[in-house]
Amino acid sequence: MIWLTWRQFRAQTIVTAAFLAVLAVALLVTGLNLAHLYNASGLATCHGSSCGTFASNFISEVKGGLSEKVFYAGIYIVYAAPAIIGMFWGAPLIAREIEAGTFRLAWNQSVSRSRWVVVKLGLIGLAAMVTAELLALLTSWWASPVYQAASAARSDSLSIARIAPPLFGAQGVAPIGYAAFAFTLGVTAGLLIRRTIPAMAVTLAGFALVQIAWPNWVRPHLMSPVRESAPFSIGRLDEVMIGNGNQMIVGDTASKPGAWILTNQAVKPDGQPFTGPPTHACLSQGMQACNASIARLHLRQVIAYQPASRFWSFQLYETAIFLVLAVALAAFCAWWIRHRRLT
Amino acid sequence: MMWLTWRQFRPQAIAAAAVLAVLAAVLLVSGLSLAHLYTTTGIPACHAHHDCESLASGFLMHARSGSYDRLHGIAAAIVLLAPAVIGMFWGAPLITREIETGTFRLAWNQSVSRYRWIGVKLGLIGLASMAAAAVASLMVTWWAAPINRAVVLAGSASPTTVNRFTPAAFAASGIVPVGYAAFAFALGVTAGVLVRRTVPAMAVTLAAFAAVQLAWPNWIRPHLIAPVHAVLALGKVSLGGFGDGPGNSLFLAVGSKGDGWILSSHAANAAGQVISRVPGGCSTQTGGPGAFLACLARNGVRAAVTYQPGSRYWTFQWYETAIFLVLAAVLATFCYWRVSRRALA
Amino acid sequence: MTAVLESSGLSKRYGRRQALTDCTLSIPSGHVTGLVGPNGAGKTTLLNLAVGLLQPTSGKIEVLGGQPASSSEQLARVGFVAQDTPTYGGLSVADHLKLGAHMNPGWDNELAERRITQLGLDPAQKAGKMSGGQRAQLALTLAVAKRPELLILDEPIASLDPLARREFLQVLMEATAEQELSVVMSSHLVSDLERACDYLIVLVASRVRLAGEVDQLLATHWQLTGPRCDPAALPDDWQVISASHTDRQSTLLVRTSGPVADPAWAADHIGLEDLVLAYMSQPAPQPARTATPSMEAQR
Repeated sequence: MIWLTWRQFRAQTIVTAAFLAVLAVALLVTGLNLAHLYNASGLATCHGSSCGTFASNFISEVKGGLSEKVFYAGIYIVYAAPAIIGMFWGAPLIAREIEAGTFRLAWNQSVSRSRWVVVKLGLIGLAAMVTAELLALLTSWWASPVYQAASAARSDSLSIARIAPPLFGAQGVAPIGYAAFAFTLGVTAGLLIRRTIPAMAVTLAGFALVQIAWPNWVRPHLMSPVRESAPFSIGRLDEVMIGNGNQMIVGDTASKPGAWILTNQAVKPDGQPFTGPPTHACLSQGMQACNASIARLHLRQVIAYQPASRFWSFQLYETAIFLVLAVALAAFCAWWIRHRRLT
Repeated sequence: MMWLTWRQFRPQAIAAAAVLAVLAAVLLVSGLSLAHLYTTTGIPACHAHHDCESLASGFLMHARSGSYDRLHGIAAAIVLLAPAVIGMFWGAPLITREIETGTFRLAWNQSVSRYRWIGVKLGLIGLASMAAAAVASLMVTWWAAPINRAVVLAGSASPTTVNRFTPAAFAASGIVPVGYAAFAFALGVTAGVLVRRTVPAMAVTLAAFAAVQLAWPNWIRPHLIAPVHAVLALGKVSLGGFGDGPGNSLFLAVGSKGDGWILSSHAANAAGQVISRVPGGCSTQTGGPGAFLACLARNGVRAAVTYQPGSRYWTFQWYETAIFLVLAAVLATFCYWRVSRRALA
Repeated sequence: MTAVLESSGLSKRYGRRQALTDCTLSIPSGHVTGLVGPNGAGKTTLLNLAVGLLQPTSGKIEVLGGQPASSSEQLARVGFVAQDTPTYGGLSVADHLKLGAHMNPGWDNELAERRITQLGLDPAQKAGKMSGGQRAQLALTLAVAKRPELLILDEPIASLDPLARREFLQVLMEATAEQELSVVMSSHLVSDLERACDYLIVLVASRVRLAGEVDQLLATHWQLTGPRCDPAALPDDWQVISASHTDRQSTLLVRTSGPVADPAWAADHIGLEDLVLAYMSQPAPQPARTATPSMEAQR
């Protein structure tokens, strides 16, 4: 059974290995260039306050050039990999056997159905997880100078927070969970729909929905966010907007380097969000007078965020959740094959 | 032949229509609210009050935070991915499914020549691909229209370096998605005709289209028209970043140039030559960023920028759409010739 | 009578494998022609060439006086059911009839619906959910209802049960009589062809071994039993198809146009099945002999 599984999966293995090899070479070449840039920026040898400037320069330099494209391309690849695995490895796994009728051949060898499905799911699921993690490790290794600079910069104007989307899902061990989940989702879709192409489409749509919904509506609540309230600071003012419906919106920068800012609001002393009315000075006088008038409102800045220190807790939570989902789907597939007919 | 093509395509057509309907509903609700915000911000009357820059940048600031930005990202991703999905799920199986199930033997023995068979299939579903991409792109373009107007009005005060000309947004709005969809569909059919098995053909389509989409904005689109070089005074330009590094090295990058697309930028002297060392003892360590910038300006440092001006947006859209339509036509002709002239089995 | 299928020197090669070699045939119209041969003999290749699904490597083939599949008019004149009776799995029986109506100018909807009713097929059922036999009947209905002049069937009865088989052949024979329809069908079951066919082609190892009207073939083949003899001493106009010898006796299958006059031989007529089996088990002929069947066919 292991031989058959391997033999059927050989073409995919070769294609994947070739892709990983090409990617590794490309990342190595551009990674050396990035490391050179990092050393030249002075970040490797800096002390104290100059590090912040060097780091900002380095990141600004990365943002302009090819390195930024490689950085984001790496993130796209890590995100796309589980979807592709689910579509091309998961969905056809059983659907192809049903369409071609070959499961009848396979089930009449001296191998039990349970073993047939367990070996298939186990071996290829393992391959899926290994592939996803290799990709994540490769791209994270490549991007490590960027992350080091981001933490050295101690400033959030760079908007590189590893715990915030989209970076979070492309690092650490989370891709293992995604890959296992996407793979079993594909297998389940193939088993229930029984036709390869529609199963692939459903897998893609289903996994895309999960990947959109998860960071927006589920992940923020895995651990209750830290809420902080501080006096509104004109020094960190970064948004003043006056609408003609007697509205005014003001905002401060949330000074939490590396954190994932969930909400950031200016509230009035009574705790209600400040939405206006605009101060007289802001409507008719200069910027300085406007700022001073905002200061006299005695607003507070209320932020909710997930601190950078929770990165690994979130990684482990999320990986565990997706692995449990994957195991549940796999168990469902095994049960279905054991107790239902396939034709 | 039309009837059979439509009958076989019906499930895909229904699925696509459902996705488009959901997208339309979400974008409509959010788009109306965004347009309302644009109006209530007072931007339409800003020329009378000479405060367009600040109102527009405030609007952009607001639109960039919260659910608008999230929705824009998701909708743009859908438009970007749509051609790849069309190529994979409409293009690649078009011929391979008939080969795998042998049904082309049935179809080819009705009283319809195989020229017509492949011609109608390519034509109708190709048109459907282009229509689906056009509708999706149109909706996103309509949704983002207030943001694009605000980017122009905000000028150098714009809080964002992203506009409709920057690669991700360029490919997800206007008319280029139509060209991509036609190309991806024809690519999928071609992969199917050559590989002759559905799932590998889908994988080939995805890989090839992703490679084109990766290479195009990086290495080809910037050169469709020769870019503009400009040397600008530091006060007249929106800087994306600047600072000094070890050994007095100088770093300076332009963040945005109106609604144009910045290809590269660096610090320069009045003649446009690169300056890589901080002149005149300026330093961020002594007086902070503002003083550093003033010091650079005093010492004649300027920003040199290579860019495609925003006014070329539609020219680029038409060029690129035309190129991809021609590529699609070439691939479709190849498929037409290959299927009608050569045996499939 | 004109020929429904005429080929000369027709050959098809897949890479290094020769699927059909130098096939020269002329099948007259108004016949139900059986094409027999062992698996892999080239039957499907010949039929696919006849409907234009394959292009010959060399040689010529004309069907009803035209190039196979060269135009929609030509397509309308030939009905074909492929070997595995392909149907669109996602389309219902009614959809298949609509398909036929949309894609064939001469579509006989009444005939199609009558056949579906007779067969007891549910018009709403998806073809993908039907049995192999039902799919074959559906595919045949499509081919018949386009009202072709020539119907080409590749192993049409392989997946039918015995009762359905008999009915199928019955329908086929009626249709040939009523519609002036010619039929070419392949099979490796001679017993089935015996009932329906009046013209026979035997294809072995990519070459045509025998072709002719069944009555004539039966009339010119004799099973001879007599004393052990030397093959070289047999009359010149006897073509020995097979021979077996014991110590004292020889048994020959001989083809000859004249009567067997020699009283030393006991001459019997031979059944079609034995005749075909004798040709199929014959060793590969010398090149000179391959001309014989084609001469026979052109007579």
